[in-house]
Amino acid sequence: MEALLIPFLDATIRTATPLAYAALGEVVTERSGVINIGLEGIIIAGCLGGLIAAGAGGPTVGFLGGALAGLLMAALFALFVLRLKADAIITGTALTLLGLGVTGTLYRGVFGLEGAALGTPSIAPVALPGLSSLPLVGPVFFTQTVMTYLLYLLVPLLAWWLARTHTGLALRAIGESRTAAHAAGIAVDRIRWGAILFGGVMGGLCGATLVLAQVGTFTEGMSAGRGFIAIAIVVLGRWRVVGTALAALLFGGAFALQYLLQAAGWALPYQLFLALPYLLTLVLLAALRGRAEAPAELASHEG
Amino acid sequence: MTEALLALWDGAFGSSYAIWSATLVRSAPLLLLGLGVALAFRAGVLNIGAEGQFLMGAISATAIAQSMGSMGGAVPRIVVIPMMALVGALAGASWAGIAAWVRQRFGVLEVISTIMLNFIALASISWMVRGPLQEPTRIYPQSAEIPGPAQWPFLIPGQRLHLGFVIGLLACGIAWVVLTRTAIGFRIRAVGASRSAATSAGGIAVAGTVLRVFLVSGACAGLAGAAEVGGVTWALYEGISPGYGYTAIAVALLARLHPGWIIVSAIFFGALEAGASAMQRDAGIPSVVVQVIVALVILGVLAGSQRRVIAGAATLGAEARR
Repeated sequence: MEALLIPFLDATIRTATPLAYAALGEVVTERSGVINIGLEGIIIAGCLGGLIAAGAGGPTVGFLGGALAGLLMAALFALFVLRLKADAIITGTALTLLGLGVTGTLYRGVFGLEGAALGTPSIAPVALPGLSSLPLVGPVFFTQTVMTYLLYLLVPLLAWWLARTHTGLALRAIGESRTAAHAAGIAVDRIRWGAILFGGVMGGLCGATLVLAQVGTFTEGMSAGRGFIAIAIVVLGRWRVVGTALAALLFGGAFALQYLLQAAGWALPYQLFLALPYLLTLVLLAALRGRAEAPAELASHEG
Repeated sequence: MTEALLALWDGAFGSSYAIWSATLVRSAPLLLLGLGVALAFRAGVLNIGAEGQFLMGAISATAIAQSMGSMGGAVPRIVVIPMMALVGALAGASWAGIAAWVRQRFGVLEVISTIMLNFIALASISWMVRGPLQEPTRIYPQSAEIPGPAQWPFLIPGQRLHLGFVIGLLACGIAWVVLTRTAIGFRIRAVGASRSAATSAGGIAVAGTVLRVFLVSGACAGLAGAAEVGGVTWALYEGISPGYGYTAIAVALLARLHPGWIIVSAIFFGALEAGASAMQRDAGIPSVVVQVIVALVILGVLAGSQRRVIAGAATLGAEARR
């Protein structure tokens, strides 16, 4: 059993890592009262940005490139939604299409029609000395890539920032009532710009992690709905940082389940496992109705 | 650059073959899909699941065509083709119905549910062409060619323009009359403009109207899928849609959700798709560039209309979505 369980849990953490980056960024964006449905476009931009930058300067530069690509996409979203007052849902949809289209075009432009960047640099898992030799926990939690370890630091930091700092409080105030926050002297648009851009950086890191730490190459449309899944993760995590990180684990498990069941020799069609994360998203969103504590300013979008 | 643009123009309008067998053939699904998206948006339903509804329509139409072909004797064309259209439309409507149901029963935002259903539809088609609907030799991930009577008639000898295009035009015409001249159309527009006003001042059953529009929107997309199998591909395979369902959003927005203008904007995007594949072939420019143009059109329409709502209805404002 353990021979199956450890690879499954290991894959769960590995696939949950990029999801957690995107979802944590979206938590911050949504707590400011804006839903960014264009996260999918941001992630795929991060994938290609990460690939190209890593090709030029190695993995570290790759992650910076992914973050930058996400930042630029998010800036476009913020420009339309905050400055031009365009509808957030439609803008987000356009952002997704833009991301998928631009990355497809650029990828074939840069790498030719045959594609295949075989020499993609990637980062390998690092076993943390001491911790990694713990039974079960060691190989699962402490034999991961740097990006996972960064999350272990980021989650408590972000939770503290949102709950305890002045800007964190201001952000949550805007999400509950934009007008009240404005009346209290909070620079609503400036903080929303910050929240959207942070979501962009995190979405871009999600993409770069996907390419450089998980898949090891780029394919067109490889974000495969992760942006929308991340939005569902935020709902499942009830717009809280720690809850969102745990919800990301659940979805990591849904993606990893195919490895487990294949290894266990189940004769189900593999397309069922391909569909599983999407089915899970639908079912969980339906099941969580009413129990979720959405920021009030999102109410217009969340029905 | 000029070489690429020339290739684009030639591929779209450069010859009678380009017009009647490329541009208009690619416009056919966009007519129905764009209309479906526009109707939904008109009622404030953000159905971006046209892609999945299209795929489900294509799967079901293939299945019914194959099973009628294997019934022995020749089931005549006059029976098979309407059955394909009907079954395709029903499949599209059911797929949209799932999103409508989880929206009304559980409050799940349809933007997310329809996208999730798109991915589930993709997984379904992937399974179908390797499982129940795979061709008899079981080598290729695609269905066998649908039998002769299930192949939709061409409109012009020697050209590939098929019956689906006419159905698309008719659908746009009917939708235009219904939206502007009937009580049903008034209800749809009222619900899209303001759900609260439609309920309190208009005495309109909002939930029922929204549900019916969602279903009709899905039926349009499913019908488009049936027409694509019957009129163009004659078989089912995974890449049957080059993202038509997403292009349809741009078709609808560029037409400002007006059924008449859908015809113009569907032909515009059909020409773009046709030209882009010629451009890829002749000038080596990847055809995904169309998706970039689609996104820029949507952003352009958004920037142009600012908060004021597309097509005169407050459809896309937040208030309508409550």
